[in-house]
Amino acid sequence: MTPQQKATLQKLGPFIALLLVATGLAIMSPDFLTVGNLLTVMRQVSINALIAFGMTLVILLGGIDLSVGSILGLSAISSASLMAAGFNPVFATAAGVVAGAAMGLFNGLVISKGKVAPFIATLATMTVLRGLCMVFSHGSPIAGFSSDFFSMLGGGYVAGLIPVPVVGMLVMFAVFWFVLKKTVFGRHVYAVGGNEESARLSGVKVDRIKLWVYTLSGAMSALAGVVLTSRLNSAQPNAGAGYELDAIAAVVLGGTSLTGGRGWIFGTLVGALLIGVLNNGLNLLEVSSFYQQVIKGAVILLAVLIDRGNKK
Amino acid sequence: MHVSLRGISKSFGPVHVLQDVDFNILGGEIHALMGENGAGKSTLMKILSGVYRADKGEIVIDGQATPITSTQDAERLGIAIIHQELNLIPQLSVMENLFLGREPRRFGVIDSKAMRTAARTYLQALGADRIDPEAEAGLLSIGQQQMVEIAKALALNAKVLVMDEPTAALTDREIETLFGIMQQLKAQGVAIVYVSHRMEEIFRICDKISVLRDGHFVGERVIAQTSFDEVVKLMVGRELGDRFPKRDATPGAVRLVVKDLADAGNISKINFEVRAGEVLGVAGLMGAGRSEILKTLFGINPRTAGTVTLDGQPLHIRDAVAAIAHGLAFVTEDRKGQGLVLGMSVRENATLVHLNRYAHLGVVSSKAETTAVAKLIEQLRIRTRDAELDVKSLSGGNQQKVVFAKWLALPPKVLLLDEPTRGVDVGGKAEIYHIINQLAAAGVAIVMVSSELPEVLAMSDRILVMHQGHQAGIFDAKDATQETIMTAATGGQTAAFTADAPPVENVTA
Repeated sequence: MTPQQKATLQKLGPFIALLLVATGLAIMSPDFLTVGNLLTVMRQVSINALIAFGMTLVILLGGIDLSVGSILGLSAISSASLMAAGFNPVFATAAGVVAGAAMGLFNGLVISKGKVAPFIATLATMTVLRGLCMVFSHGSPIAGFSSDFFSMLGGGYVAGLIPVPVVGMLVMFAVFWFVLKKTVFGRHVYAVGGNEESARLSGVKVDRIKLWVYTLSGAMSALAGVVLTSRLNSAQPNAGAGYELDAIAAVVLGGTSLTGGRGWIFGTLVGALLIGVLNNGLNLLEVSSFYQQVIKGAVILLAVLIDRGNKK
Repeated sequence: MHVSLRGISKSFGPVHVLQDVDFNILGGEIHALMGENGAGKSTLMKILSGVYRADKGEIVIDGQATPITSTQDAERLGIAIIHQELNLIPQLSVMENLFLGREPRRFGVIDSKAMRTAARTYLQALGADRIDPEAEAGLLSIGQQQMVEIAKALALNAKVLVMDEPTAALTDREIETLFGIMQQLKAQGVAIVYVSHRMEEIFRICDKISVLRDGHFVGERVIAQTSFDEVVKLMVGRELGDRFPKRDATPGAVRLVVKDLADAGNISKINFEVRAGEVLGVAGLMGAGRSEILKTLFGINPRTAGTVTLDGQPLHIRDAVAAIAHGLAFVTEDRKGQGLVLGMSVRENATLVHLNRYAHLGVVSSKAETTAVAKLIEQLRIRTRDAELDVKSLSGGNQQKVVFAKWLALPPKVLLLDEPTRGVDVGGKAEIYHIINQLAAAGVAIVMVSSELPEVLAMSDRILVMHQGHQAGIFDAKDATQETIMTAATGGQTAAFTADAPPVENVTA
């Protein structure tokens, strides 16, 4: 095996793991391998995948974004409040996404201009933004809006079969794949994550790259918030709490290095699917939710250990 | 102690790194191990120190076949290795580093008093009394850290000491101290293996030299009976011709004019000009402010006073982006930390500076990029099987050529070079000199900082010598010698030819 072949095989590791888990579940549960169930899994996965796509860029930079769950929550509350107050649903949705992007931009400013470590900066904004969720919602869900457009975003189908969020996820996957693979911006993300100093001295506008990446992460979290709010038909003050961990898990499962500079968006999609398939399969097998957590954590650990073993 | 490696072979997969290599080390001897990058020096040393096991061959110590299968084995036999990248833990104190893993204990807890006394003894033995055993290791200078590593080897009662490029990061004074200690250890019967690219040092300090080429042992010579040329020939397997290729460009119009340049405390009152096609060498001791001149010109360090003009236009550069826009290029001293993105491919590194040129609306055309990279690889004769390989898999010389490729396509008006041949083997050096000459011939104004005096003397048209942040003088390379430059660099008086210095006002009574 040439080193290139080995590298390719290694890159496909997460994909092989996904196939193995899916095969196992298909054998154990007859309900797993049905079109209906698979589309349900994909729809459940879409929220995590949207966040994880943004998180992939952040982690490629060598950073981390712990505030994604809180950004999801606050942008969802913003959209829902606007709709409940009678604003146009398209406008309200767009405003929520812009608000999420602005929160991400704030993270980026603190990290690039304020030179605060990403972990600390986003830990702080995670707390502040979650607090604001409670303040604006007075601690109770915001509901009482009805809009066909908004319901369609989370619950609709394209061609009567494929859920809208799944289409959204695949479109965003294609966009992120293209951006990372084909654009100057994408190359610069890898360069900054690989060696920030070399990138800076080569004329890469490091601060601008960071601002964009955190802004994108915020916008993607807000998009995930749209899907969630639309599905629930209400915005919960604690919506998205803990989602940062699933997103980070998806990115890491996909083989992206936490130290930055190495990774790909396909891995993240596979990582998110792996987590989703596990959740779904364990439910179908009627495993108690207590054990589900144990199994999920163990699988993540195992996958990452195998990945490490391969890299030696 | 007589250590003899016999018929050592080692392969990694299909690659034969070492084939039937012999290497003999005697106590009381300093033995140089030379070879181009990739010749197998470090693999051989890793086999000696138990990191790798040889596929074939044996290690014989004082007539006894002695297998070394682990680093613990090597340690027990008194074989210590000091790596180029020092292995101290920066947050721990000097003494904690010295006794790491075998701390003296009393009633089960660390006996700090015994540790301090012992540490002091070892440091004193090296004449390094000035190092405080309780100082944090990371705060010491590189030279001092190296002393601590040597003390650590002594504490382990080392009989064989392998030193990998020990002088690469040392100042001239620290090198003198190191050489003194090496002589002292030699007198005590320690065998020292000295791995280095620096020919001058090897001829000064070593007794014997063994040369590896492409994994083969090509010969052992007694230093006193060999010559520079013979060693180079052994290493590259051919006559290298001139070590420094000649350049016959005549400098053109003045390009870069620097007046009264200063930064925040490292350098002040720097005055020089560089013509198109001219190489201005910058010499001086470490810490004299040589690199700071380049960093200030490139906008990494803020300029606090003075003016810089390029082709008659005043420059106001605050960051690398502006520097590049004005046609400045900077090959930094720290290739791995500041020059390359090691995890990226040769192609991605080569186009990092000028990627926009192959892109339309931010989307890169792979075809345009690949074509441009292929051209650069050919032009600079970068030896890589594939432009998609990680740049870290290349040898030092070829990595440095990738750094040049980054800047070449600009094309630069002014090229700032900081130690352009550091860690590059003899063959690679000649090729980099050739590239520098080509760039000069194309009209680039070049400022080159180097610690290797022969290199500065041979490659420059004029030489600016720095001393403690000030300019000690500018010499015409034709008239300068190593002595005149060293005198100026150490603050001695010289009749410097200071063509670019502001005229001294005549005092008329």
